[in-house]
Amino acid sequence: MAFPVDPIIFDILTWLFILPGAVLLIIGGIGMITMPDVFARMHPAGVIDTLGCELILVGLMFQAGLTIVTVKLALILAFIFFTSPTATHALARACLNAGVTPRVDEEKSAALSRGGRP
Amino acid sequence: MSFAAAALAVLVTMALVLVRALKGPTVFDRILAVNAFGTLTVLLISVVGFLQGRPEFLDLALVYALINFIGTIAVTKFIKFRDMGHGEQAAGPDAGDI
Repeated sequence: MAFPVDPIIFDILTWLFILPGAVLLIIGGIGMITMPDVFARMHPAGVIDTLGCELILVGLMFQAGLTIVTVKLALILAFIFFTSPTATHALARACLNAGVTPRVDEEKSAALSRGGRP
Repeated sequence: MSFAAAALAVLVTMALVLVRALKGPTVFDRILAVNAFGTLTVLLISVVGFLQGRPEFLDLALVYALINFIGTIAVTKFIKFRDMGHGEQAAGPDAGDI
C-alpha cells in the first residue's frame, strides 16, 4: 500500500461495500421470481447488474490495493456498466417486436388519461 | 470472511435466477435470466479468485463478461429474425436494427 493507512480500514470499507451489494443481489433474485411479466422483471435484473454487481466489485478493489488487479476490476466494472443497459434495451425492443405487451392496470391508466388522480 | 459472504449471496441469487430461467413463460424471460446469470458468473469468478488468493482469475471474468454480452445480443437477434442476418433482402428493412 502506497499510503500510510491502517489496513483494518480497508477491511471495514470492504465490508461496507460487499454487505449492501450482497443484500441487493438477493433482493434482485427474489424480484426475478416474484415480478409479474417480462418488462417488470427487467427491473430486478437491472438491480443485479448495476448496484449489486458493482458494489461487490468495488469492495474487492479495496482488498487489492493499487495494483493491476484493481485495473482489471475497474475494466470489468466499466464493461458491465455499459453492456447491461444495452442488452436490456435490445431485449425490450425484441419483446415489443414479437408482440409481447406490458401488463397495464386499466383503471389507473384510464383515470390518469382523464387527468384525475389514480 | 467478506469474500465468503459475497460468494454465498452470489450463489443464492444464481439459484433464484435459475428458477426463473427454467420457469419463464416466454423465451424473453429465459434470455433475461440467462443474461443475469452470466453477470453473476462474472462476479462469482472474481470473488472465488480473491477467496483462494489467486486474483489471476479476473482475466477469465473479463473474457466471460465480453462473451456474455455478445451471446445475449446474438440470441436476441436470432429470436427476432430467426436468422443471424443475410442483409436487408432476407430479413426485411428492419434487419440489424435491434
